[in-house]
Amino acid sequence: MTILSAEDVSFAYGDEVVLDSVSLTLDAGEFVALVGPNGSGKSTLLRVLLGLLRPTAGQVRVFGEDPRNLHDRWRVGYVPQRPNLAREVPASVEEVVAAGRLARSGWRSRMGAADRIAIDHALEAVALRDLRDRPVSELSGGQQQRSFIAKALASEPDLLILDEPVAGVDAESQKRFADSLTHLVDEHGAGVLLVSHEVGAVAHALDRVVVLKKKILFDGPPSELAGTGVRLGVEAADLPLWLEGLG
Amino acid sequence: MLPFPFDRDYMQLALAAGVVVGACAPLIGTFLVQRRLSLLGDGIGHLAFAGVAAGLLLGIWPVWAALAVAVAGALGLERLRSRGKASGDLALALFFYSGIAAGVVLVGLSDSFNAGLLTYLFGGILTVTRQDVLVVVGLGVVIVTAVAVCGRALFAVVLDEESSRVGGLPVDELNSLLAALTAVTVVAAMRVVGILLVAALMVLPVATAQVLARSFRATLYLSAVVGVVSVVVGLAAARIWGLAPGGTIVLVAAGAFGVTSVVFGRNHVRSGFLGG
Repeated sequence: MTILSAEDVSFAYGDEVVLDSVSLTLDAGEFVALVGPNGSGKSTLLRVLLGLLRPTAGQVRVFGEDPRNLHDRWRVGYVPQRPNLAREVPASVEEVVAAGRLARSGWRSRMGAADRIAIDHALEAVALRDLRDRPVSELSGGQQQRSFIAKALASEPDLLILDEPVAGVDAESQKRFADSLTHLVDEHGAGVLLVSHEVGAVAHALDRVVVLKKKILFDGPPSELAGTGVRLGVEAADLPLWLEGLG
Repeated sequence: MLPFPFDRDYMQLALAAGVVVGACAPLIGTFLVQRRLSLLGDGIGHLAFAGVAAGLLLGIWPVWAALAVAVAGALGLERLRSRGKASGDLALALFFYSGIAAGVVLVGLSDSFNAGLLTYLFGGILTVTRQDVLVVVGLGVVIVTAVAVCGRALFAVVLDEESSRVGGLPVDELNSLLAALTAVTVVAAMRVVGILLVAALMVLPVATAQVLARSFRATLYLSAVVGVVSVVVGLAAARIWGLAPGGTIVLVAAGAFGVTSVVFGRNHVRSGFLGG
């Protein structure tokens, strides 16, 4: 079942075209990586898919609805790129994860037993249960990112979208990260769209890789990518690290 | 009824108003610090000054005039920031200077640069009336109720605005609520410590609490306790040694931060002190 679709989506900042007739689908239980060089339009496409930006042309559907008017918004989990945490105020891991539950339980309601179970489950999924009372600002970069993944998981989403979640994250956290995403796909049948430069850690679990550079250059299984001769059009030094983990 | 130094009626009124403000100002300040808007209270305080001046000019009770101008200004400031027309600090500077300039012009027009105006600028907690206390308590109830009902959602928004928006939280409305609550807090606090020092009571207790606390909730509660203690100790010191109460309260709050930082350094904090 298709849970996310973009049909001939274009977007421009003024005269600068960032996305040009991009079409993309994601099914339930599918794990897809969206990759491309810097400035290829990945983050813009993600924001269009989330309904944070209105496309200049084309149509986006999330669970069959316009993402800006989505009825059950909790069905979409979102992990932003490097959340901007203020060190001045200590927010604990559990508080951060509980904040993600509001999308499901309603922002005015009090926390109930089902909410606590979901928060426990989310913490377990990213292996942070033992650190639940620790201020997030005291965690490593990888642990911080996992706490924000748990925040997104707390609403028990059917679609999880992650923006560069493992940039600069240590190898141990990348493995934990990969485990938590495959758990979400395999056990809960959720669809995952991972926007990243570095998909080496999850390459083995991916169903498809989509290569974007304003347009879709490639859309298929990782094993087919190496033989396609897709060139990203950037200098060798800028090639994304994910190439090393594919094939 | 109460022992020295709170044995006089005027001290008891001051204590009542001060305790409410001491508890409420850091509640809002905790959200502002997390959002890196520690000086928002200062900017809105300058708008409140314009409101006080307008009230004196028009013959309206200055507290109501200050409340109207501060809330309207805070909502305007938030609108300017959220629409991307100006960065947070630029929007703040715009309102900050416009507010103080408008206040100066209105004071000039009303020819009322008198002791009454000074009590709003520098605080006049020892001159609060029963009516003042009732207003402060009313504003305090508004603040505490709003934080009790919307606190978790406000925390989610200050933590990460974009994913809160994706999750369907009414981010714009919650941001406006926080701006309006900041304005309400400023107006409630201006009779206690004065417009010029109002931001201090919103931020310094939070700075002290964050040295000890290890969660947002603990920071919220502890900062309110530090705020109340600062007011009580500051008032007592002002009475005993004949000091200006507004400034003394803020100096006590600053001293509490200094002592806490020295005694409970980072190493103590990391070993665990106050949890959620």
